[in-house]
Amino acid sequence: MHCLFIRVTESRAINHSNHNSSNPELLDQFRQLLLIRLAEERLTVLFADGEVPGFIHLGIGQEAVAVGVISQLEPADTVASNHRGHGHALAKGLSITSFFSELLGMEQGLCKGRGGSMHVADFELGMLGANGIVGAGMSIAVGSALAHKTLKRNAIAVVFFGDGALAEGLFHESINMAKLLELPILFVCENNGWSEFSPTDAQIAFQLDELAAGYGISYSTAFGNDVSEVAQKAKRAIDQIRETSVPALLECKTLRVRGHFEGDAQKYRESDRQEVEAHDPIRIASEKLLETGVQQSTLDDIRTQINNSIEAAVVAARKGTLPDFQSALAGVYAASEQM
Amino acid sequence: MAELSFGKAINRALSDALNDDATVVVMGEDIGAAGGPFAVTRGLQDRFGAARIIDMPISEAAITGAATGAALSGLKPVVEIMFMDFCSLAMDAIVNQAAKAHFMFGGQRPVPMVIRMPHGAGLNAGPQHSQCLEAWFAHIPGLKVVCPSDAASAYGLLRASIDEPNPVVFVENKRLYAVKGDVAEPPVEMPIGKAAIVRAGSDATVVAYGATVDLALKAAQALCADGIEVEVVDLRGIQPWDKEAVLESVTRTHRLVIAHEAVEAFGVGAEIAATVADIGFYELDSPIIRVGAPFMPVPFAKSLESEYLPDAKRIESAVRRTLE
Repeated sequence: MHCLFIRVTESRAINHSNHNSSNPELLDQFRQLLLIRLAEERLTVLFADGEVPGFIHLGIGQEAVAVGVISQLEPADTVASNHRGHGHALAKGLSITSFFSELLGMEQGLCKGRGGSMHVADFELGMLGANGIVGAGMSIAVGSALAHKTLKRNAIAVVFFGDGALAEGLFHESINMAKLLELPILFVCENNGWSEFSPTDAQIAFQLDELAAGYGISYSTAFGNDVSEVAQKAKRAIDQIRETSVPALLECKTLRVRGHFEGDAQKYRESDRQEVEAHDPIRIASEKLLETGVQQSTLDDIRTQINNSIEAAVVAARKGTLPDFQSALAGVYAASEQM
Repeated sequence: MAELSFGKAINRALSDALNDDATVVVMGEDIGAAGGPFAVTRGLQDRFGAARIIDMPISEAAITGAATGAALSGLKPVVEIMFMDFCSLAMDAIVNQAAKAHFMFGGQRPVPMVIRMPHGAGLNAGPQHSQCLEAWFAHIPGLKVVCPSDAASAYGLLRASIDEPNPVVFVENKRLYAVKGDVAEPPVEMPIGKAAIVRAGSDATVVAYGATVDLALKAAQALCADGIEVEVVDLRGIQPWDKEAVLESVTRTHRLVIAHEAVEAFGVGAEIAATVADIGFYELDSPIIRVGAPFMPVPFAKSLESEYLPDAKRIESAVRRTLE
């Protein structure tokens, strides 16, 4: 873990030294970061109040990975995610009202209240779903990339997975298969140092860069809390994938702020609050924006707008209808007309 | 009418589907250049190319997971799992991903994919290359399960499975691959979930599927010599199964035997027996009897395996018991 923090700090220092003066892209990314953060913070309250049932896994502090990578995608590109997938879904453009409706278990949710937090998806936007099974999104993304290639779409697939998933056999099967079939796919490892309730150091016997080299996959790394750096590294990898149709792996080092799931007492973990605050992705992005001449009042206005839209989404979601059991039962199988 | 082996009928169904629909792809281990372990896919890669007949590494989990992702992204993959026993390596993709994707994403996308799995003993292939595991899949909401008994149903059901908007586990008994049968020219699609009465009779009904249908017909032949007329129902579809056809037959014969090669305990026969005992109870003149494999792994030795496998004799004596 110490090792991670040192590398993280260096990486950040490097990026700070060569930022641009005017950056509308960063302002958009800041909006996205804040949308995800504020939506998840709103969820913590809805969860504590018992309005959102079940399990939720929050990506607070990791938003820059989702935003940095997805800001470099085209609409036709597809994204497969994992159990900590709210950020990936919102960054891909999922409607926030549909998002809250789903988490509240309403018919108006994108999954009609049948999936919940671990299955937020919008296929029209190329968001192939969060996933409750560690590592499962990888082979789904491999298949999506296979479809892009077979149907000659000029699109790529991206899969986000945590460092804990590196121990899954499916990771190794998927990366080997993607390389053999020369598929346009970006593997994004969101390395927060934790494999659920255990430090990843104690679970992974290999170095990811060395492993990627072994598979013949191009590897790059970014400080995952700096959205600009993630975007820049992602762009480089994505451009290469589009040109050559070969997979690449991007490792983003980040920090998990909250527990494995909401309500996790985290007795296995010492406080790293100072570390977390110093590297907060929203703070990093806003500092950069202020340096480029953006006014604090502009950032405050953005915060207010997003908070208002989230509140409006929650109000709208609460007005939804509960899903009908018979309709759910009738929805187990697709009908021929859906083909 | 043409005569085709069961294996060739599957090859023909794949070939016709690949011709008719550019989104159909075939994925599996050794299926292309090598032509498949049972030669079922022989020649397809030459005709359709390596981009559609995709040789995969030995990665059942990733193959099936990739097929799911491909199905959700516009393709219609047909996966071959070399032996049904190996499906254990692909269970997450089948059970947690493919089976649930339509439901858990609120019906946003269909999941048009077929997973072909050769099952069955009789080749002395031992405990890990001989199992009949179809009941596992029939228990999972979101999956369909079919099991053809001859060349015509192999063709017809595979075409229907490829056209399905849902994941289909397509079960092929290995002993049938070389068995020839009549297939219409051009061959016809058969609906999933429709049983066929392959022998009419009035004294007892035997429901079977896959290679066991032929055993049931042999048993019926033997019983016929004693003046016992057995009706044989080829189930064809396991999930869904044709309740109407089975119940309708039982209302005429009032006696029911269910036979399959899979282990009897907690099997397909148990589901059919429970359903008929519930909604067909007053039609029955005797207890329902199941014929299936004993509760043991499939043994290797010829002597052990032949005693393990349900045969026509056991079906025959089960029918006699219903008439006692």
